[in-house]
This record gives sequence, structure tokens and C-alpha cells, in this order.
Amino acid sequence: MASIKDYFNDQNLMRELLLDHYKYPHNHGLLENDRYTSKRMASASCIDDITVQLDVEDDVIKDIRFDGVACTISTASTSIMSDLLIGKKVKEAEEIIHNYLNMIDNKEYDPEILEEANVFQNVYKQANRIKCATIGWDAVEEMLKETGKEDE
Amino acid sequence: MYDVEKIRKDFPMIVNHPELIYFDNGATTYKPQCVIDALTGFYTDYTSNVERGEYSTAIRADQAYAGTRDVIARMINCKPKEIAFLANITAVLNQIAFGLSRELKKGDTILISYAEHASNVLPWFRLKKELGVNIRYIPLDEEGNVIIDELDRMFDDSVRIISLAYVTNVLGSVQPIRKITEIAHKNDALVVVDAAQAIGHLKIDVKDLDVDFLGFSSHKMCGPDGVGVLYGKYELLQKMEPIFLGGGMNARFDIDGNVLLKDAPERFEAGTPHIEGVIGLAAASEYLMNIGLENIHAYENELRSYLIQKMLPLENIEIYNPANPSGPVSFNVKDVFAQDAASYLSTKNICVRSGHHCAKILHNLIGVDQSIRASLYLYNTEVEIDRFVDEVSRITLEETISIFL
Repeated sequence: MASIKDYFNDQNLMRELLLDHYKYPHNHGLLENDRYTSKRMASASCIDDITVQLDVEDDVIKDIRFDGVACTISTASTSIMSDLLIGKKVKEAEEIIHNYLNMIDNKEYDPEILEEANVFQNVYKQANRIKCATIGWDAVEEMLKETGKEDE
Repeated sequence: MYDVEKIRKDFPMIVNHPELIYFDNGATTYKPQCVIDALTGFYTDYTSNVERGEYSTAIRADQAYAGTRDVIARMINCKPKEIAFLANITAVLNQIAFGLSRELKKGDTILISYAEHASNVLPWFRLKKELGVNIRYIPLDEEGNVIIDELDRMFDDSVRIISLAYVTNVLGSVQPIRKITEIAHKNDALVVVDAAQAIGHLKIDVKDLDVDFLGFSSHKMCGPDGVGVLYGKYELLQKMEPIFLGGGMNARFDIDGNVLLKDAPERFEAGTPHIEGVIGLAAASEYLMNIGLENIHAYENELRSYLIQKMLPLENIEIYNPANPSGPVSFNVKDVFAQDAASYLSTKNICVRSGHHCAKILHNLIGVDQSIRASLYLYNTEVEIDRFVDEVSRITLEETISIFL
């Protein structure tokens, strides 16, 4: 039986997927709404500068938005992340982020829960671009941690 | 006769990595064997601190360290005592800004340009914040060259300093420093020159240019990292307060806090200096002078025009500085993020830089935030350019994405 990894090894399909998320990113454009927490990721490198917004209600991620100046990988990875995490419970989202970051670090991870994000399974081979693939994910992870703290 | 193949053999990085095309010389340069030998020579043959020892190896280290001032003085035509060794050009520009700040007051004006590197912008911004001085920008043409006819009009009684790159780090504009100095001095302003991208690429004569201060980094001229050269007219250096205080730079001090500093240039070299780096810099300077800076300049310009001539017909790119005769070539592949294009080129063993290149106000001039920068040096060849241009011509959004799959 073909595994999920094999599916994501189809180069043409994956190229189309990345191109699509880069050219027409999902959940793109920021909203002016107090419900959202917001995080600007501009200090990590001098190139990417993106802002991610997060709306968590009743322990569920209701919405994610993002915008900014970013390369193909940071744009596509943030777009794919937003699709994947919207509608998830905070615990589930944290689990997905944890597995995604493991994949990017070339460590053990569960491909089943990463869905489209499996497209980034080989990014670790471009060592200097790992930050691009995690910038949006880091933003959500940090915001979730901060909201978690406020609740305690 | 300029023999590039012979020169290439002097550089272990080229010999050890024949697969690499290194077009990131604006960031740093490869080192010839003679520089590496100078460094190991110090550590294997006469390791000791400088300025204090009475024994033979210390005296030899002293002579080698101080001797570098003579070599640099010969290279840029000044007196040895007008040369101080700091950490890099950034340290040099910070020292100059700090030193001159003591003579500035609110309302004074400093002239810089949109094409400056962060190190020639941020130290002046600090003076704006702390002292209330004005920062004004000199008009540039579309490839970053100072429009000299408009410079005259920038001067009023408030202008005290003009600080510019000799060769700008993204567009490679070679500024008409001599004319700028003439106009500045007529208006009683001091001229500071950031020669980081000029040193080792063209012949610099500080007396002829009549600049008041000039600085550069050793590593951009085949020398070791961690050494910056500060040149200043001696009477100006003697008046200038050092940023760092400590050993090696004071003559005496007492319990009441009376401190007598050493004369320039030692007063700018607090603490144990980067001795082996300074010694290596002398070797690098001699190496370049042996080939001849005029010869290097002529060869590089020839290479650059070959590169431009090959790149101009490519339909997938936009070049921002085709007309400048020297310096790096900055361009973008249409619809491709600069960093993605550079990553693609790296998979083809081509080393270029992408991004803002630390010139974050330059987009006000060229209209784009980011670019790819190909910067050449004395050891690059037309064969490398052919392969580079061939790879650049193949870059598409699809190709750049493929490297991540």
C-alpha cells in the first residue's frame, strides 16, 4: 500500500501544491479585530517579515490570518499551516505543530496528522532555509503558549 | 600581463573547491596562501603580545604588528601614524561617529545617502536621537551615483560632516570622492569615507582624495577577518576621543582619575589587538600591491562588463546597475523572491548573496527591497561567468521550488 510519504514524493504534484499556496495564499491579509492576538515575526532574520493573527475561542482555533514580505517557502508553509490548524482544538494544534517542527528538524514525526504540510518533508536538506519553513508555525506556537499562560 | 590562472593557484579555497563559483566577494574574499602562512607563522614561530615585551619573539611581534602600518601607509599613501587597527569597518565608523559627536550640537547636519550600508547609517542615526543632529540624504542618480551638481546645494552652515561609501555595496556606484571633498572643505565640512567595497578593488590615495577619515575591513581585501583599518588625518586623530578605554592606549593614570592617553594611533587600540590578523593584513596588502591595484581594477571592470553583456539579453531578469563600470551586479529574477533564486544557485554550487545587503534604505532609490548580488574579484574568470549566466537563465519560480521537494 502506498504510504502518505510516497504520495508527497510526487514532485510535480508537490510543486503545484507549493506554487498554488505561494501565488494564492489562503487566509492571507490581516483583519482589524480585537478577538485576534497578533505576532510580527520580523527580528529573526532580516529578510522575512510576516505578521500572523490568531483567534482562539473556547479552546478551538477559530481563525488564522497572515500577511507580510516572505519567500515562497515561508508564504506557502504559513498558508498550509493556516488551513491545517483552523478548526482544531488547541491541544491538537500543538501536537500538529510539534510534529511539523520535528519533521523540519529531520526527527521522528507522524506524517498522518500533517496532511498537506508533508510537502515540506525535504526542506531540512536546505539547511539555511529551515527558518523560512517554520516562521509562521513559530508565531502560532508562541501565541498559543502566551494564551495558555494567561488562562492559568 | 594579468595571469588569472596563476592567481587562482594562490588561493587554497579555489584549489580545494574547483566546483564552486564564488561571486560573493562583496561579503568576504578568499585568502591567498601567503596570508594563511603569515597567520600560522605568528602562532608557530613568534607568538607573544605586543607593545610590552622585552624578549626576542615579543620584539618580532611588535615589529610585524607595527610594520603593518607602514604597509598600509604605502598602499593608501598616508603616514603610518595615521593608521589605527580596530575590529572591522563597522567599528571604525562607530569610532568616527562617536569621536566627532563630541564636537556636534543640536541642529548640525550630517549628509549621507540612500545607498549606504547599515554601518554608515545607524551610528549617525544614534547622533540624531541623542544630540538632535539632522540627517539629510544626498541626491543620487538611478544607479546610486552622487549627483555632484546637486551636492553643492545641500550645503548650508549647519552641514558639518558628509559620510559616504566610496563604492556602494549593492549598486557599486563609485562616488566622485575627490570632487565631494573639494565641495565639502569649501563649506568647512569633514569627509568620512567607507571604503569597505573599494579597498583591494581600486587604487586609493587618501592624500589625493584629501579625505579626512577613511575606513575599511581587512577581510574584503584577501586579509583575515576581525581587522578594520581607521585612517584619519593626524591632527584630527589626535583630537578624537576613543570609544574604548583600557590597556595599551593610556600613557598614565592616577588614583584621582587623571588619565593621560597615548597619542594616536595607539589610543584607538585598547586591549590586546588582533595581532595575527593585523600581521596577515600586511601580507594581503603586499600580495595585492604585487599584482598591482590598477591591474586588478582593470581586470575586474573587464570581467564586470563581460558579465553585464551576457546578462542583458536574458529575459527572465531585471538588472539594477548595468551602467556602473565597477562593483557588484544587482538583479532579480522576475517573479522570484531573491532568496529563493540564491538558494537555487547554491544547488548549482554558485555562491551569491540575496536580500537587502544591509542597505535597508536603498529601496527608496531602486524600488525593490531585495535583490541578488553577484560580486566579482581578482580570481574570477569568464568561464565562471558563462556557467553563472547559463544557470541564471534557467531560473524560474518552478525551478526554485523544486529544490525543496
